Amino acid sequence: MERIPILRIGSLLLVTIQVDLYDDLALQLQDDLSTRIADLGATGVLIDISALEIVDSFIGRTLANIAAIARVLDAETVVVGMQPAVAITLVELGMSLPGIRTALNVDLGMEYLRQAATGGDGVGTDHYAE
Amino acid sequence: MIKLLKMMRDNQDRILTDWLDGLKASARRRDLIGDVEVKEHARKILTLISNPPPNTVLEDFSSEGWQTVRDQLMEISISRVAHGSSPSETAQFLLSLKPVMFKLIREQLTTAPDELFREIDVTNNFVDAMALHIAESYIQSRDKVIARQQEEMLELSTPVVMLWDGIVALPVIGTLDSSRAQMVMESLLHAIVQTNSRFAIIDITGVPTVDTLVAQHLLKTITAARLMGAECILSGIRPQIAQTIVHLGITLNDVVTRSKLSDAFRLALERSGRAVVQKAGQAPVVAPVAGVS
Repeated sequence: MERIPILRIGSLLLVTIQVDLYDDLALQLQDDLSTRIADLGATGVLIDISALEIVDSFIGRTLANIAAIARVLDAETVVVGMQPAVAITLVELGMSLPGIRTALNVDLGMEYLRQAATGGDGVGTDHYAE
Repeated sequence: MIKLLKMMRDNQDRILTDWLDGLKASARRRDLIGDVEVKEHARKILTLISNPPPNTVLEDFSSEGWQTVRDQLMEISISRVAHGSSPSETAQFLLSLKPVMFKLIREQLTTAPDELFREIDVTNNFVDAMALHIAESYIQSRDKVIARQQEEMLELSTPVVMLWDGIVALPVIGTLDSSRAQMVMESLLHAIVQTNSRFAIIDITGVPTVDTLVAQHLLKTITAARLMGAECILSGIRPQIAQTIVHLGITLNDVVTRSKLSDAFRLALERSGRAVVQKAGQAPVVAPVAGVS
């Protein structure tokens, strides 16, 4: 079965979604990621969805679930590179994904995760505790 | 029919004069379209009708031979739309040709009543067909103008401006209806991607009223921008609008708001680790200007 590769960079995990994410694949990814986070004791997960063009409520929910699972396992999740069309679709579906951190690109996402890992509050993150 | 056309050719100057006199007598707004232009239009139409290509008959206005006349009518209607004439004025321009023609035919064919009746019937139908055509062209031209204006307005109304490296602003002017809100959302999100901006300021100083629908559109845009990894700051909320928002029970808890665009800009600079400072030993730029006045 097709799988989405999960790359390890230090204590971070990098997932780049390059194919259409159908339901089984999304569930498989959720499964794989939780195992990897637990095994490696990762502190951050970065999901790059810049190539993702089609999204539905199930994928939105799965992303939210992944973030929630990661948090339980003590890892931060950042979703990066969401396309305008995808963002509009999710909003129209009523999914604002409040639990998910987002960033414009992999670079900024990495920066955020590194700072979160060192406990810095820091400049350059996308969302701030008000 | 050949006879009728010949008759028109022979009396072209007279028809033109009578036609223009008839037009002058009818109530026309001379401030909209000048006499010179009307005369030019009438002359062109008359010349084209009197000299049709061979085998073209007056009975059939939709035939190939009258294409030049139809094109000319289209041209006239475009100029009429540009000048602001009404459709009935435009049609009246051609219908005024009728009495002139009837008079001429009657003079020429007093001895042959059958022929007289036939020629009048043909002329009547032909002028009616032309009037219908110009009315239709008029509406087409006006629709085109309206469509173009609508498009221009939509584009004009959603400019995304870059304030600083990584900070874009969207000043919204005018009422936000569904189609405009969609356009605002799309242009802002694309600008965020293109300029790689982490901060987007939506300034609603120019939005006259905010109701629940407008607020919902704004919240959607802000949420979509957040999903993409940019932070939105809402600015330019006037006191009355702030009151309306509270009275309507709209919650803007998750949205960062500032009353002025400058405050929002300062916040964005601050959060991206920048600050605007005054240079040591230099007075603010405003001071000398004030001194002059």
